Amino acid sequence: MIRFLFKGLMRDRSRSLFPILTVTIGVFITVLGHSWFIGALGGMLGTSANFETGYVKIMSRAYAKLSQEIPNELALVGVNALLADLGKDYPDWQFTPRIRFGGLIDIPDSAGETRSQGPAMGLAVDLLSGKSGELKRLNIAQSIRRGRVPESPDEILIADKLAQKLDVNPGDVATLISSTMNGNMAIYNFKVAGTVSFGIQALDKGAILADIQGMQAALDMENAAGEIVGYQPDMLYQDEAAHQVARTFNQQYSTDMDDFAPTMITLADQAGLDYLLKMSDSMGFILVTVFIFVMSLVLWNSGLMGSLRRYGEIGIRLAIGEAHGHIYRSLLWESLIIGITGSIIGTIIGLSIAFWIQSQGIDIGSMMQGSSIMMDNVLRTHVTAATYYIGFIPGILATLIGTAFAGVGIYRRQTASLFKELEV
Amino acid sequence: MSTNNNNSLINLQHVVKRYPMGNTTFTALEDITLSIGKGEFTGIVGPSGSGKTTLLNIIGSLDSPSEGSAEVLGQFIENLSHKEAARLRNHHLGFIFQTYNLLPVYTVFENVEFPLLLLGLSSDDRKKMVMEALEWVGLTDKVKSKPAQLSGGESQRVAIARAVVKKPALVLADEPTANLDAENSHNILRAMVRLNQELGTTYLFSTHDEKVINYLRRKITLLDGKIVSDETMTPQGRLT
Ligand SMILES: Nc1ncnc2c1ncn2[C@@H]1O[C@H](COP(=O)(O)OP(=O)(O)OP(=O)(O)O)[C@@H](O)[C@H]1O
Ligand SMILES: [Mg+2]
Repeated sequence: MIRFLFKGLMRDRSRSLFPILTVTIGVFITVLGHSWFIGALGGMLGTSANFETGYVKIMSRAYAKLSQEIPNELALVGVNALLADLGKDYPDWQFTPRIRFGGLIDIPDSAGETRSQGPAMGLAVDLLSGKSGELKRLNIAQSIRRGRVPESPDEILIADKLAQKLDVNPGDVATLISSTMNGNMAIYNFKVAGTVSFGIQALDKGAILADIQGMQAALDMENAAGEIVGYQPDMLYQDEAAHQVARTFNQQYSTDMDDFAPTMITLADQAGLDYLLKMSDSMGFILVTVFIFVMSLVLWNSGLMGSLRRYGEIGIRLAIGEAHGHIYRSLLWESLIIGITGSIIGTIIGLSIAFWIQSQGIDIGSMMQGSSIMMDNVLRTHVTAATYYIGFIPGILATLIGTAFAGVGIYRRQTASLFKELEV
Repeated sequence: MSTNNNNSLINLQHVVKRYPMGNTTFTALEDITLSIGKGEFTGIVGPSGSGKTTLLNIIGSLDSPSEGSAEVLGQFIENLSHKEAARLRNHHLGFIFQTYNLLPVYTVFENVEFPLLLLGLSSDDRKKMVMEALEWVGLTDKVKSKPAQLSGGESQRVAIARAVVKKPALVLADEPTANLDAENSHNILRAMVRLNQELGTTYLFSTHDEKVINYLRRKITLLDGKIVSDETMTPQGRLT
């Protein structure tokens, strides 16, 4: 019987083509939309995590309260000992210190007079120990535009745009004018090792990247750091694990009343990201629900038209002695075949394009002009296990629901008028 | 109270059929009492509106009587559920319509095969029976054709093959020749006569068509929902 129905579907284009096309398009959009969303979210979270929030972040309690203002006078002290403890207590994690800083960057001429000057925001990370993973995490080697990666603590990298504005080249001296941890004026000469462009608007506007040791020297922050960020190497952010570590860590310091005692927060705890994480959980669900709804309506409608066209066929089948329920079920079988076919085609097309965008990326830099969101300019889809099956849910459910509604008319069909109906 | 004693296939006792008409009713059949035996080749004739189709509807378990009892193949139509009626039609009845009502996307073979699929027969059995039925109606060379490629007469022969393929006890035909020319009408009537004689299948027609009447062995005449005559015939058509 299924084979019989299948033959009918294959031969009657109007019975199969339009519904399959509808399902294919809906499934395609679901699959691509899902991978797009996961990719965009992952890109956003990943970039934020790598450059800003870590998976977890340790600050002094006082610093944490004002962290937007980068209050380095409230930085963590005794960082080396703390890092050693962290390494022992959480062997699966990798912790590394960072200092954020702001100030003026001053480019002197050969006589030592100011040639150009501009405000600068910067990040000092462990570039030189070789154990921090920061070079890879921040994708530094690939982001160098001119020059090279710093090789000593007093070498820095300058955003390529800023370097052009200040007319500074690799090998030049750049003086950072900022304030020390104790509130004194800090004036420190760095050598420009190279220029960088991360492909992240928020950084490429004017950031400076320095080595942590150099910055500790420049700002009088010996054995101190604004923050310590922690990552699970080679793993994506996992909210549960991050919260677990933060709970354990904070428990350890719960009796310490000092305002400078360390406190740990997770990526999700930091500005707006919690919302994004929650959304990523519900996004698949929303997408699938919307498409089930829309496609059901369309297929319901096409099912109704189909039963009009097949009025005679259904009549003759009733007359021959096929039960109402049997005909209804056979329509559901047909729709299952259509749903599966459309879902397979839609998933294949959607996956192919998703894989392609995943590998090629789409540059949305122009849309991100002036943006301060930590987000990669290149948006990539991300294919996960769900990408393979998510399209089948609306694809099959919608065809079944659409047909289930369209088909109820069969039950209202009276056999008593069959002779009359079949006589025209 | 089975009255099925004299080899009768159909036994109607005081059957009445009323249709609602506004707030009154219209009586389409009035007190029909009728018995049809196994192997008969019988026609119901009468002017338009006399109740022929209504009567076939009830005998075919497509509708049930308003009053009286209609026993067909030992089952009382008035007591059957939708499902039981479908089962009776599926297993024991064949229908032939004025228009052929073939399924357009299927081949001749598949159209004839369809009732057998519903009966759940094996593919070997189906193939054998379909080919046999197509042989009866002389269409073995059109097995793979689609309905759109057939003439009216050929289409009606496919419809007959579909009705008889499962060797039903009773074939009901409502004006089977109304859309056919004389030659095709004679062809299909001869085919039915042969099946009637060879398989012992009972045929019940409704018709106005003189050509059909010439083949009948019994002619029941309806007028305004009542039987006005019931004659045994000498089927002249058979002699030609
Ligand atoms: N569903 C119905 N509702 C109301 N009246 C009906 C219905 N079906 C049939 N009738 C009436 O019952 C009477 C008998 O109809 P029926 O179809 O049995 O006639 P018929 O003998 O087959 O006529 P024809 O030769 O034109 O096919 C007609 O007057 C018709 O209008
Ligand atoms: Mg009629």
